Amino acid sequence: MSVRVLRPGLLTTVQDEGRHGYQRVGLCPGGAMDPVAFALANALVGNDPNEAALEITVIGPELQFEQDTLVAVCGAEFQGSFPHNRPTLARKGSRFNVGRAVRGARAYLAVAGGFGVEPVLGSRATYLPGQFGGFEGRALKHGDVLPLRDAAAAERFSKLKKTRDGTVKWSAPPFTLPDREPILVHVIDGQHYASFDATSQRAFLDTVWSVAPESNRMGFRLSGPPLGRPQADEILSGPTCLGSVQVPPSGVPIALMADHQTTGGYPRIAEIASADVARLAQLAPGGKVHFARCSLEIAGELRKDARERLQSAVRGIAWEYGKK
Amino acid sequence: MAQPRPLGVIPLGDSAAYVEFSSILDLDVNSVVQRLALAILKRKVPWIRDVVPALGGLALHFDPDHAEFPAKPLEEALALVNESMKPALAAKDNPGSDVVLPVCYEPEFALDLAEIAKKAQVPPEEVATRHAAGEYRVLMMGFAPGHAYMGGLDPKLAVPRRSSPRAVVPAGSVAIANEQTVVYPYAISGGWNVIGRTPMVLFDARRQRPSLLWPGDRIRFRAITRAQFIEMAAAQ
Repeated sequence: MSVRVLRPGLLTTVQDEGRHGYQRVGLCPGGAMDPVAFALANALVGNDPNEAALEITVIGPELQFEQDTLVAVCGAEFQGSFPHNRPTLARKGSRFNVGRAVRGARAYLAVAGGFGVEPVLGSRATYLPGQFGGFEGRALKHGDVLPLRDAAAAERFSKLKKTRDGTVKWSAPPFTLPDREPILVHVIDGQHYASFDATSQRAFLDTVWSVAPESNRMGFRLSGPPLGRPQADEILSGPTCLGSVQVPPSGVPIALMADHQTTGGYPRIAEIASADVARLAQLAPGGKVHFARCSLEIAGELRKDARERLQSAVRGIAWEYGKK
Repeated sequence: MAQPRPLGVIPLGDSAAYVEFSSILDLDVNSVVQRLALAILKRKVPWIRDVVPALGGLALHFDPDHAEFPAKPLEEALALVNESMKPALAAKDNPGSDVVLPVCYEPEFALDLAEIAKKAQVPPEEVATRHAAGEYRVLMMGFAPGHAYMGGLDPKLAVPRRSSPRAVVPAGSVAIANEQTVVYPYAISGGWNVIGRTPMVLFDARRQRPSLLWPGDRIRFRAITRAQFIEMAAAQ
């Protein structure tokens, strides 16, 4: 009834869609950095969309399955001899040795029935800065044993059509993985865009930014030319959002990611279209991105398109499980 | 005072909006913002996940996948604010709870006492007395879970932030800067001037009300001895 951690990898955490309703006391929603790959991983094992899965980051873990387990890994491609983006039955005692990411940065490992960790404030997501949620509020360590919520859920595998060698042939589409870099990310103007000098405004859009090594689940620091404002007046601290791009006095822009602070006192040059946050989350340190301005309406259209694409893929997978 | 009006609605991306009332800190405006945030929360709008009152306005965080999410969310957000204004202004001026926080101001915990006394030109022993005499309001929460920005500091104690932030400020540290005071809920980095420490746990996700402080709360600090601090910390 469990999965044993033989090697934890760089940063492996339990995540779900996050916890909402506490931003007014300073707690961000958190949850999966790439919610698209996360949702697909759950769909691939026949789970509800918000079941807890493992978020694997850049260097993967080695896991041992203590019973037959229906499992899927979705998102970034990692080295290792396990299938990507398709459900598979991991036999009792078998191991997944997940190596380095070769395309993208984050993958989600979902098991049928989900991981048996207690929800905290309505979510199973690990919130590392507060040390709560997920598995003991922390990243996985060597020797951890993650309980499964429903051992019988592996039987779902029998519903799927298989090839002669007993595997599933189809796979989920890698919606959020970069085909090539730099990736293009849409932004709308931030509240303080106009207060940046013309050179900085142009540089923000013309530069191929590189995700700096000191980036994490809270924010991505972007290496490139420093951005400045002619009148470097202090602004009143105010609310921020997932995807806000703020520029501290150092001039180095920071894109706020899943575990971001809920308020900030730095000017915000841009706000990333929510449809593109998941793709940005797939960049590892050194990954390249450039920004294109768009209207709020276009950002809304991109979000709807992305949602429909995901829902259609999830429906297709559910159909394989015989769900309408 | 004149009824505050929204200066504008600023999109925070396509999934949230900031309704700005003032670009500077105005305690009267903030009081209206607090009441307005509660009035909006009370309406339980299904496509709004979070209402965040801030120093000079409030943020509405949307659930854009909700079936009732409107085609023009900014217009709807502004309409919601305007409709909620009347009940908000009718609500009494003190929507939050009264909270008393015990603080030990003794030198062991008052890491920046000497510096504050020097900068503010106030005798060191007066810093704690002046701080504990104040009546504070939670103007905004942010930076970390349970971290409240409180207004109402004695203007005599208004000193700028430290020139170089501490890499780690101990959890529970009570600190001041400009005309505000804060309590650090976790051991995190920070640049405010530390004048004492509370034994209380500011944020505990396992509690039903995880945060000790909420927006709009009225806070008083009560001086305790080192012995009381140790006893209360052990009881937490």
